[in-house]
Amino acid sequence: MNNSLLVVVLASGVAYGTPLLYAALGELLAERSGVLNLGVEGMMLVGAVMGFWAVQRFHATTAVALLAALGVAALAGAAMAAIHAFLVITMRANQIVSGLALTIFAGVFGLSSYLGNDLDLARSPARHQFQEIFPKSWQDLPVVGPIVFGQSALVYASWVCVVLVAFYLTRTRFGLNVRAVGESPAAADAMGINVARYRYAHTLVGGAFAGIGGAAFSLSITPQWIAGLTAGAGWIAIALVIFAFWRPTLCLVGAYFFGAFTALPFALQGHGVTLAPELFQSLPYVMTILALVVVSSRAARLRFGAPAALGTPYVREER
Amino acid sequence: MIRIERRLQQPRWLTAVVPVVSIVVAFLFATVVLLATHHPPLQTFHRLFDAAFLDNGAMTDTLVSATPLAFTGLCAAVAFRMNLFNIGGEGQLYAGAITGAAIALLLAGAPSPVVIAAMMLAGAAGGAALAAIPGILRAFFSTNEIITSLMLNYVVALIIDYLIFDSHSYLRDTSGFQASVFPQGKTLPDEATWPTWTLHGLVIPLGALVAVALAFALWGLYARTRFGFEVTVIGDSARAGRYAGMRTRRKILAVMCLSGAIAGLGGASQDGDFRHQLDPRGLTQANYGYAGIVVAALARYNPFAVLLVAFLLGGLQNAGYTLQGADFPNGLVGVLQGLILFCALGGELFVRYRVRIERRHRPAVEPA
Repeated sequence: MNNSLLVVVLASGVAYGTPLLYAALGELLAERSGVLNLGVEGMMLVGAVMGFWAVQRFHATTAVALLAALGVAALAGAAMAAIHAFLVITMRANQIVSGLALTIFAGVFGLSSYLGNDLDLARSPARHQFQEIFPKSWQDLPVVGPIVFGQSALVYASWVCVVLVAFYLTRTRFGLNVRAVGESPAAADAMGINVARYRYAHTLVGGAFAGIGGAAFSLSITPQWIAGLTAGAGWIAIALVIFAFWRPTLCLVGAYFFGAFTALPFALQGHGVTLAPELFQSLPYVMTILALVVVSSRAARLRFGAPAALGTPYVREER
Repeated sequence: MIRIERRLQQPRWLTAVVPVVSIVVAFLFATVVLLATHHPPLQTFHRLFDAAFLDNGAMTDTLVSATPLAFTGLCAAVAFRMNLFNIGGEGQLYAGAITGAAIALLLAGAPSPVVIAAMMLAGAAGGAALAAIPGILRAFFSTNEIITSLMLNYVVALIIDYLIFDSHSYLRDTSGFQASVFPQGKTLPDEATWPTWTLHGLVIPLGALVAVALAFALWGLYARTRFGFEVTVIGDSARAGRYAGMRTRRKILAVMCLSGAIAGLGGASQDGDFRHQLDPRGLTQANYGYAGIVVAALARYNPFAVLLVAFLLGGLQNAGYTLQGADFPNGLVGVLQGLILFCALGGELFVRYRVRIERRHRPAVEPA
């Protein structure tokens, strides 16, 4: 039963969806504060390379080394996001161009490969990697075994993150303030909220999440360092935020949905069915476009749409 | 106390000085990166510069990299000028490459000028058709064009993969054992090879000349026609354009299609000038579309500046390919491109705003 197509696809969909989920949660936080960061792919790659470096260099037990690696990856992602934050918040630059610049700067042809090459990380497997944490007997349970119990700690931690982010945005003062900043910075400013400080904080945290998402690739999925190993996951994460209507819980559903589509062609091949994998791989993109069209109507936009001030710099004198 | 206030008029000299200073500052940052990782900066830059412009045949290779960047740069510049963020230059270039290659194979045997003209038309049409999707969605459903055009890049990249790797399509080479092990596109007929001109050893492809002609045409379109004027107005304020009776939706669609057509033409030039087959790996790994946005932004959306910047960044990219190897820092080219763009973006502030440093405690009331 656990070898049936559906279970295999769902189980690997959860695994493949996890880096997407981390990156999307981070992007969601940044976008909720009004900062569109198209540099997710770059931040993920730098997180992946630095996280991998940390695991190779720190001599400690597996748990400590992995935890430290996540910390390093988060810092690296946040450092990349800081460039974007400085440019678009302080220097009032165009958010789209700056985000793309970040992807080019940090991406496959940029810093991540430079670091990977310079620290000589290629061609060696990770010394520690995230593995299933529940006992084998639990994993053999029908259906829920592989899907729920057959995952690594990263997956369970991501569930905690989803709950925390959802709680933060809807139930805490800071979270409500962030949403005010993203919807109407002028009103937030009048309320006495420091718009720039909120935007900086959430862009940086968003970068940290993207860095962890990248580390999920190099420490769990691959698990080694290959230049450009995220292969466009950062862009899918950006799409995912829209797909999820800027809501953390829907991000989780969407991430596993996208993850399942990535896993489906491989699983089908295992069952002797050969269909063009491109068909399934393109579905998430097409569905994102459709979802975007659906939310663009005026009524839907008020209910589900993007934060109203997304992508626009806030300058007090020019409101 | 630092005050930043908007300039009412942007001085012309600043728009030229800021990009130059940006490049200098970017190289300073790159020096820091190189020093921090124990590479000799001066020697590295020297090699980069030699490989890009001075070595034997370097300029010819630079043109190979610069030509597609000029197309995608113009593609982005045209749309961004209207505040229409077409990120889909990448996919539109692929689309043009697909349709261009298909028509070249269809017309095999026809006279060369006919084939080449048909390739250009087909390429432009392919790019425009793809760009029309986000264009229509934006114009009639007010769907954000950034994400839709971006998503289509991936869809088209998958379509190319499908055509060459996972189907027995018309474009795939299915003859012989070799082609079944290493899937690749059919070689285009000789008539579909675009002519080149050689000038003192510098090989100039037809595509490069087309890009230059396009830049002139676009400048004329924006500076000298009613269409261009209306596009500029709508770009500055869509509401003002609508109140003045301009057909905003049509303009949005037209500009998106024009932008896509330019990228598509770049795709046809990839087929005819350089690759002579539909080459999925080569096209998707080059990232011309995304780099084109960098080009357009650095050129501040001016078509002539796009040509110049495309040439410089093309040189950088070419040097990156040439020097790829054990002793040259991998990924330095992307770092440099990113740094240049960061600095240019930051420098933009000084063009648009005046930064004033004032004393903190000023008397509240100035004596009369």
